[in-house]
Amino acid sequence: MDLSRLEINRRTALLTSAAIAANVINPMRAFAQETPKKGGVFNVHYGAEQRQLNPSIQASTGVYIISGKIQESLVDLDADGKPVGVLAESWESSPDGKTITFKLRKGITWHDGKPFTSEDVAFTAMNMWKKILNYGSTLQLFLTAVDTPDPQTAVFRYERPMPLNLLLRALPDLGYISAKHLYENGDIRQNPVNLAPVGTGPFKFVKYERGQYIIADRNPDYWRPNAPYLDRIVWKVITDRSAAAAQLEAGELQYCPFSSLTISDMARLGKDKRFIVTTKGNEGNARTNTIEFNFRRKELSDIRVRRAIAHAIDVPFFIDNFLGDFAKLGTGPIPSTSTDFYPGTGTPQYPFDKAKAAALLDEAGYKAGAGGARFSLKLLPAPWGEDISLWSTFIQQSLKDVGITVDIVRNDGGGFLKQVYDEHAFDLATGWHQYRNDPAVSTTVWYRSGQPSGAPWTNQWGWEDKQVDQTIDNALTELDPAKRKALYAEFVKEVNTELPVWMPIEQIFVTVITAKVRNHSNTPRWGSSSWHDLWLSA
Amino acid sequence: MRIIGLAGRRLAASIPTLFLILIGVFLLLQLAPGDTVDALMAQMGGGDAATAHELRKFYGLDLSVPAQLANYLWHLVRLDLGFSSIYGKPVATVIMERLPPTILLMTASLSFAFFFGLVFGVIASRAVNKWPDTLISTLGLIFYATPSFWFGLMAIVAFSIYLQWLPAGGFEDIGEVRTGIFRIIDIARHLILPTLTLGLIFLAIYLRIMRASMLEVLNLDYVRTARAKGLDETRVVTQHVLRNALLPMVTLIGLQAGTMLGGSVVVESVFSLPGLGRLAYESVIQRDLNTLLGIVFVSALLVIVVNFVVDLLYARLDPRISAEG
Repeated sequence: MDLSRLEINRRTALLTSAAIAANVINPMRAFAQETPKKGGVFNVHYGAEQRQLNPSIQASTGVYIISGKIQESLVDLDADGKPVGVLAESWESSPDGKTITFKLRKGITWHDGKPFTSEDVAFTAMNMWKKILNYGSTLQLFLTAVDTPDPQTAVFRYERPMPLNLLLRALPDLGYISAKHLYENGDIRQNPVNLAPVGTGPFKFVKYERGQYIIADRNPDYWRPNAPYLDRIVWKVITDRSAAAAQLEAGELQYCPFSSLTISDMARLGKDKRFIVTTKGNEGNARTNTIEFNFRRKELSDIRVRRAIAHAIDVPFFIDNFLGDFAKLGTGPIPSTSTDFYPGTGTPQYPFDKAKAAALLDEAGYKAGAGGARFSLKLLPAPWGEDISLWSTFIQQSLKDVGITVDIVRNDGGGFLKQVYDEHAFDLATGWHQYRNDPAVSTTVWYRSGQPSGAPWTNQWGWEDKQVDQTIDNALTELDPAKRKALYAEFVKEVNTELPVWMPIEQIFVTVITAKVRNHSNTPRWGSSSWHDLWLSA
Repeated sequence: MRIIGLAGRRLAASIPTLFLILIGVFLLLQLAPGDTVDALMAQMGGGDAATAHELRKFYGLDLSVPAQLANYLWHLVRLDLGFSSIYGKPVATVIMERLPPTILLMTASLSFAFFFGLVFGVIASRAVNKWPDTLISTLGLIFYATPSFWFGLMAIVAFSIYLQWLPAGGFEDIGEVRTGIFRIIDIARHLILPTLTLGLIFLAIYLRIMRASMLEVLNLDYVRTARAKGLDETRVVTQHVLRNALLPMVTLIGLQAGTMLGGSVVVESVFSLPGLGRLAYESVIQRDLNTLLGIVFVSALLVIVVNFVVDLLYARLDPRISAEG
């Protein structure tokens, strides 16, 4: 390993981290004395265009960053991460957990003037969430019907108990409503409204020029009083990260969401007074870096080898030198930002210990041969994010030190998913696990057996554990929040012991935003939220 | 009429090539792991296997590869480029939307490179091995050796961030709606930096070629004759030397029209221009076969047309070369 280069890296990381720490405090500064000002255009960096913009049929930040301002969800998360009503005013669950009733807000109209009613909720839930929406189709698997006794009431009927706290934590992302009258005829996927969204939100869709920009204007009939403040939001399509940083500095952009700039640009802008660089407001979009083991490789099916690999990698060193303040040491699949479920650090951990790693490999029967080499592995890194690329090189160099030769095979997005989750043509894979506020949404599928091949980000390791499956299934239908939390702590302990996937780094997306903006980053999923209270100071 | 006949024959001759290129690209993309549904899943951040199956049916990917290819070619002979899976529109519409910025950028930077390449080439050749020649050649070498993305970014830093003279990116200003001449001026302002960035690399090549070709022609016998006739130096250069020295330059334009189409991916990305290069890159990443094949088809047509025009120009510049040849 080239130590002289790392030293320089380390120094810059330390210097910049102080600057970032100073700036992180910034968003919490009290602006109470300022009166909100109406008007202004807010320009947002849009890095990767999606094929469509309807959040009721596609759950991803690339859609929420736009349509989250145009369409609204039944509930969102408040500043403390607790569910708060948006289109729904209140909710209650029957004692058996099989009936959940939502009371809807009165007097809300769609942007085209038609009234919003429970019919829209029932239509969206049954035809979009249950049938098309990624993660929604799994969440609503046992939803049998949505009754609409009156325009302000939607009654969700489930075949099996649905924990209210799971549904309420999933709905901010998976609970966007679309208008029935625009979708009831024809194929939902091909509906042109998907590219010109109509919603109930604070901003009205105006124009989408593919490859260039999207524009939405203030909705004067928005249901929240005095909202929104901004006149217009413009999303500019900029695929080059450095070019986006340049446009931000030139004042042509005000906000680069979800770590859309390079790590070095984020560190540099963190020292610039004109900008705020922070992870606040993205706690609801936590992710962990992974090492995924393919049990079809004889060596990796041995738990001692998997543990040896974990012990061989100095994670704190990697974070300090390459990711700086944008990441922290992870302890398993449930990140520390998830206050409702985080089990603490008491589960099995694998601190850096090269001697122990070597001993474990010897014990497993893989003695070092000529030149210290034991065996070689193929590592497939996912192409999203430079941190994954750095991490895979770090894995390669760390494992070389204990006698495991690693060949890195790089693919683009489609190729990576196909080779890892469908064809299983990997020994080690590394990418991101996205945590979506409740482990049942997109975390337990990484461990539950019986996932059909071709489903990305699921258990495709050739590993099955009856005990883990049982814990996951029990937690899914457990109605008591305290018991659910305990079950997930048990789950983390089990998977950290067996280690089919290792999740040693926690990351939250980084926001880079102009210091002139007020009321930003004030909820855990702010980038995706409606921005009804966002305003620009002079 | 003769020209149209010639054009028709040229086009007919290139049809087999065109089909071979399309089939080649189609098969090549089959070798890439993953299809457009995998790419969509990557973009969405996940989905279950049932969704994936449904989507494959939706995009017509449940058919065998030969069936898909036959399907595509059958549509193509009826001049139907198919449907784009990333854009949800006919490929022809998508390409028509992207073509104007690309052609604008390509024409602007080719003209820039051609014109200044010519001027500097002539100056350098007239002052061979003196300081203007050394200066021009050195600058040319620097432009040629600089990566275009770096050059583009530095131009943004200098002219957009510090001096704030020019916009940092985009095709036109979104803030205000402009029409007529004001819109043209606005678009021109947005294209200055990309044109310079893309043009400078080509400028270096044109400059070298022009210089060498001038030096060669200047030593020919008929130039000596012209001088002996008592013509002044300016007339010798403009009327006798330039015309013959231009031939290699024109050849180069024909060759580089294709490169410009593909080579602008970087410049389009850095300056966020909605061009064909970026569309092609996206289509590969998203495995949008129809769009990619459509772009290959249109680009091939464009290159054929440009080369045809170059052939006509040849004949015009040097009557010894007949357009029939």
